[in-house]
Amino acid sequence: MSDTVLELDAVTKVYGEQREGAARVSALRGVSFSVRRGELVAIVGPSGSGKSTLLHVMGTLERPSGGVVRIGGVDAARLGDRALSRLRAREIGFVFQRFFLAEHATVRENVADGLLYAGVPAAERDARADEALDRVGLAHRATFRPTALSGGERQRVAIARALVGRPAIVLADEPTGNLDSVTGASIMALLRELHDGGATILMITHDAALADRLPRRIRMLDGQVVSDAGAGA
Amino acid sequence: MTPQATRLSLRDGLRVASVGLRARPLRAALSALGIAIGTAAIVAILGLSSSSQAGLLAEIDRLGTNLLTVEAGQRLTGGEAKLPVEAPGRLTLLDHVDAVAHTGLVPDAKVYRSSLVPAANSGGLQVRAASLNLPSVLGTGLARGDWLNAGTARAPVAVLGAVAAARLGIDRVHPGQRIWLGGRWFDVAGILRRSPLAPEVDASALVGYPAARRYLGFVSVARGGRAPGPPSTIHVRTATGHEAAVQALLAPTANPEAPNEVSVSQPSDVLTARASAAGAFDSLFLGLGVVALIVGAVGVANIMIISVLERRSEIGLRRALGATKGQIRMQFLTESILLAVLGGAAGVLVGILATVVYAGAKGWAVVIPVEAWAGGLASAVLIGALAGLLPAVRASRLSPTAALRTA
Repeated sequence: MSDTVLELDAVTKVYGEQREGAARVSALRGVSFSVRRGELVAIVGPSGSGKSTLLHVMGTLERPSGGVVRIGGVDAARLGDRALSRLRAREIGFVFQRFFLAEHATVRENVADGLLYAGVPAAERDARADEALDRVGLAHRATFRPTALSGGERQRVAIARALVGRPAIVLADEPTGNLDSVTGASIMALLRELHDGGATILMITHDAALADRLPRRIRMLDGQVVSDAGAGA
Repeated sequence: MTPQATRLSLRDGLRVASVGLRARPLRAALSALGIAIGTAAIVAILGLSSSSQAGLLAEIDRLGTNLLTVEAGQRLTGGEAKLPVEAPGRLTLLDHVDAVAHTGLVPDAKVYRSSLVPAANSGGLQVRAASLNLPSVLGTGLARGDWLNAGTARAPVAVLGAVAAARLGIDRVHPGQRIWLGGRWFDVAGILRRSPLAPEVDASALVGYPAARRYLGFVSVARGGRAPGPPSTIHVRTATGHEAAVQALLAPTANPEAPNEVSVSQPSDVLTARASAAGAFDSLFLGLGVVALIVGAVGVANIMIISVLERRSEIGLRRALGATKGQIRMQFLTESILLAVLGGAAGVLVGILATVVYAGAKGWAVVIPVEAWAGGLASAVLIGALAGLLPAVRASRLSPTAALRTA
């Protein structure tokens, strides 16, 4: 089991269940799959298919209504806020469609902040940030502000920030969604490269063509997995 | 990996807490302004009252506490008592008495700027005959012109007390400067500086005893002869350390027949009382300072709430990066405290500056009580914590996914 970094078992998520009379929306209806170390997985589906909710549940940003989420074999439901935060700080890296970089900090500081809550000393954070920037090909931009970078470069910074803590899994939410196709393709190439280097990456996209170029594709519709192609490849 | 390892170091904590301030410095400065104004007001008021007290105490020190004043008191039967004409002479003979000066209030004599001023407009000024050593005994001097001498003491010449000069509208002395005194013209020889130990001198026009006798009919009968007088106030400078002993002897010596009709006082006591009154702060301004602080606190709370709303995505990101709820709460609480402390520190500096400038202009020593600046900073910390509490709790309760959701 140590090879499995992420495991979902009959995960459901219902919104509006706490409030009386509120419309209940089932975003996830029994999702089960697992991701092994070193996989590159696309979760693909149209908007409203529940893939964003799935990412949040996998990233422990949101608790499921039912079912079990295990990260590195640990049942996330058993953990309190502090333990979950520690888990996110050390085992999960996030890449967002909108990058979410701090404009008033340098690129290196942005990447180093990926380790801020993991209890790593400042000097080591900077060293590891430079290392991560090197991996995404932005070593020469370390002292720039994000505002001076192109969209593709900003997303590379965000990816470096997700990777800097060497997490068990990187969750990427439409990482090419805000980029033109050429830049998007270069980001995809980077993710493949990182995957070849051993990183476990799970990417959410609505772009079926993009997903088709990845080794494993989990298709979602209406909160359910409709197909899981390439698993175990 | 230990659980404690997720705690931020102080340096990281402060860096994270100052993100908002560094991103929007103008907004931070404006929202800290209220607290700055309140703190400045409070520090300045405390500083000014302490400095003015220090100034008065220094003045008392300069004037000396060894001056005693002997005045005519009340008769047992009612009515004003009089001091014997010989009283000053007798007091000079006492042990430990260094100097004796005296003035005699000339009854019914009034002083005017000119003969055309209606008699009723006397301005509350008095005419006094003065002994020639009066300024040196009182520790005062001439602001303008000259004091009386043996010659001018016999002539229709007057020296004005500081208040009298101001009320008469005379601020300089030149030949031919005259005042209408007791129904005739007197030349003005000089203007005295203020004499805080003898306020009655300030509001008087002073003439020599011989002149008072010749021109104003200021005469009393003593030992069968006629002499100018009587004196109404006698100022006694004692040897330092013997004030109490001398004070006990003054009344019986001045008027052996009726020592109970003599009133003896130590005027520096009055100044000391005034100094402690000056040390009490102006509660109106202090209240205004507190109001400014409260308004400032509301401003900081308001800005922090807006800041939390604006920075939802930053909060979501930090949660995704592994920040706990407690760390988010601490970040915004610390930011609020930082904001308030910056305002408080600026206010303390402005308050000190105001005290230095004002005290410098008044010639006082600058005294900033520790309570003023330490209290100013401490209340800023408290205000920051109170104002930031609700926004910080809100920030920490924000769902990370709601914070990250694309609009």
